[in-house]
Amino acid sequence: MKISGAEILIECLKKEGVKHIFGYPGGVVLNIFDTLYDEKDVELILARHEQGAIHAADGYARVSGKVGVAIVTSGPGATNTVTGIATASMDSIPLVVFSGQVPTMLIGNDAFQEADIVGITRPCTKHNYLVKDIKDLAKTVREAFHIASTGRPGPVLIDLPKDVTAGMADFKWPAEVKLRSYNPTYQGNKWMIKQAAQMIAKAKKPVIMAGGGVILSGASKELKGLAETARIPVTMTLMGLGGFPGTHKLSLGMLGMHGTYYANKSVQDSDLLIGIGVRFDDRVTGKTSAFAPDAKIIHIDIDPTSIRKNVRVDLPVVGDVKNVLKDMIKAVKEQKAQWDAVRSAWLKQIDYWKDEKPLSYNLNKKIIKPEFVVEKIYEVSKGEAIICTEVGQNQMWAAQFYKYDKPRQLLTSGGLGTMGYGFPAAIGAQIACPGKLVFDIAGDGSIQMNIQELATAVINKLPVKVAILNNGYLGMVRQWQELFFRERYSHTKLDVIPDFVKVAEAYGAVGLRAEKPDEVVPVLREALKIKDKPVFMDFVVDWKEKVFPMVPAGAAIDEMIFEEEEKRSEKKLKAVK
Amino acid sequence: MRHTISILVENKFGVLSRVSGLFSGRGFNIESLSVGETIDPAISLMTIVTSGDDRIVEQITKQLNKLIDIIKVVDYMEVDHVEREMVLIKVAPKKNDKTEFLKLAEIFRGRIVDSGTTTFTVEITGDEKKIDAFIELIKPFGIKEFVRTGKVAIAREGVKKPK
Repeated sequence: MKISGAEILIECLKKEGVKHIFGYPGGVVLNIFDTLYDEKDVELILARHEQGAIHAADGYARVSGKVGVAIVTSGPGATNTVTGIATASMDSIPLVVFSGQVPTMLIGNDAFQEADIVGITRPCTKHNYLVKDIKDLAKTVREAFHIASTGRPGPVLIDLPKDVTAGMADFKWPAEVKLRSYNPTYQGNKWMIKQAAQMIAKAKKPVIMAGGGVILSGASKELKGLAETARIPVTMTLMGLGGFPGTHKLSLGMLGMHGTYYANKSVQDSDLLIGIGVRFDDRVTGKTSAFAPDAKIIHIDIDPTSIRKNVRVDLPVVGDVKNVLKDMIKAVKEQKAQWDAVRSAWLKQIDYWKDEKPLSYNLNKKIIKPEFVVEKIYEVSKGEAIICTEVGQNQMWAAQFYKYDKPRQLLTSGGLGTMGYGFPAAIGAQIACPGKLVFDIAGDGSIQMNIQELATAVINKLPVKVAILNNGYLGMVRQWQELFFRERYSHTKLDVIPDFVKVAEAYGAVGLRAEKPDEVVPVLREALKIKDKPVFMDFVVDWKEKVFPMVPAGAAIDEMIFEEEEKRSEKKLKAVK
Repeated sequence: MRHTISILVENKFGVLSRVSGLFSGRGFNIESLSVGETIDPAISLMTIVTSGDDRIVEQITKQLNKLIDIIKVVDYMEVDHVEREMVLIKVAPKKNDKTEFLKLAEIFRGRIVDSGTTTFTVEITGDEKKIDAFIELIKPFGIKEFVRTGKVAIAREGVKKPK
């Protein structure tokens, strides 16, 4: 029996087990939306902007581990998703994005709402397709889900000309995906793993650096196993937070530009660095030539292009992190070392660093410190909330002062650094996990980048808690201007900031405000009571507060500046510049 | 370093721009490029010549391998191989120079593929050095038009390049 292309598409989604899609209608996707009108098994969540839809799909994917799906129209609908696709691509998040396209006959004619979205998204997708024949539709969708979710995951875009979704054909679901040119390596080389185990046994000062790959691979248990077996302290990249329990004795917290003193010190002093599912991003390594200078580096990653891209590697292991770690735990156990004795000096040294300079800020009784808000969010949520962030200071404080014990608990645009990501991602996360407590830790700048999604959250009765750390500035850029541009605050003061309480109320959400430290917890408690609509909490915070420790751009990661040293280190800063 | 990279790809639309995008995205120039179908019409072969430090070329070959439509990548830096390119040159030698020009073409095993009242078109095949040498020699005769193909390369049978 012949059915329409739009019906084939929805059948494909059902076969892939898709329950929710995020989207926005338009001219050339009318057939798809018409099919969705009667659809019971697949629910479309209508965003208020295509960027909101794509970030929501991304948040849904990060929290659930499933493929996030978005459907948008051609031209502007499609180009509005580009930021979200690039965000997902940088963070290896599995998405399948369907964009409408003008009829095949008109492609290339500058037709109304036409954009070459396949060309535009080529560098920021894992793969993309233009379906020119309805007969290829089911096969393409099957391939797209396979590519998006396997190997190193990533976004895949499928461009659907109007005549393809309007046309009629038989629905044939391919039994399997055959791609001769796509065969990710899942098992690590046994010999390499044995070598790695020997290096671990020989090392006096090893450190594990865990990244997003641990979370994507579902390898938290194995990571904990390796760290505990061989008594290795673990630091995490921003993307890796939650991959190893933040409250664990062996946790060093985050490393890098705004990493903890003790994480950066440990990495720099280590004699063996084990990178697991990381890509040694510049925000993590600082000056690469001075990164972990005395360490041998073992690098485990599923993507061979990550290896030796940014730093030298002494022993690469290409494979799925979970599989590699399972084998590595076995190999490490065979080493039969007296791990506690071997590591005691190193762990003592690390404890000393932890005591010497813990993460801290100057508490103030009159003015709300943003770090204080994040700490209180941690307390009232008992460490169990899903935390989404925007980008900038809010993101770093959320990374530093909330302890993530579980994977998929922190949703943040780590690679691309997309402002406006957090709120729609929180919406996606709340749809995926209706019972969970979901926070977006935002800044007054970032939240305005996708504030229209309040409507999406209200209509879907999503109790997303948005904590706006309102300092009246684009805080992170202001911080750089203060430290490196002689306090010339060029275009970082947001002179007109909307009354966020009124904005929330105008959309039918709840707005709350705290202006003094003792109002913070009551506002949070009030927010937690609300179960059927989003809440905006406007925390008026100290605009002068900066994120510390900080490694200036281009410096080695142990050349950190701290709050109290700020003035004294001016000379050092100039030298670095 | 100069690298000749041979890439086996699915013969589909858009593949060339995926490949070239990896180069342009890193500010790398492609010095020469040739593409053709293989014996299997579903597969094409691209031969690309590029220059860059080894680390960046390693990154590019890895990234190429990662593209879904790419089946195999060989960097001929690591393999002993034969390279060929071809030029067609239209020359207008003066009357007295014609014999000398034809002799030169013969020495380089060139073929005259077209001749008019005032011009000859000569076809030369060979490696880059041979072609460059020939061009230098015939410049004084007056080159009217000139086209050069991209390079193609094939591995030598059973010979490993000494390190």
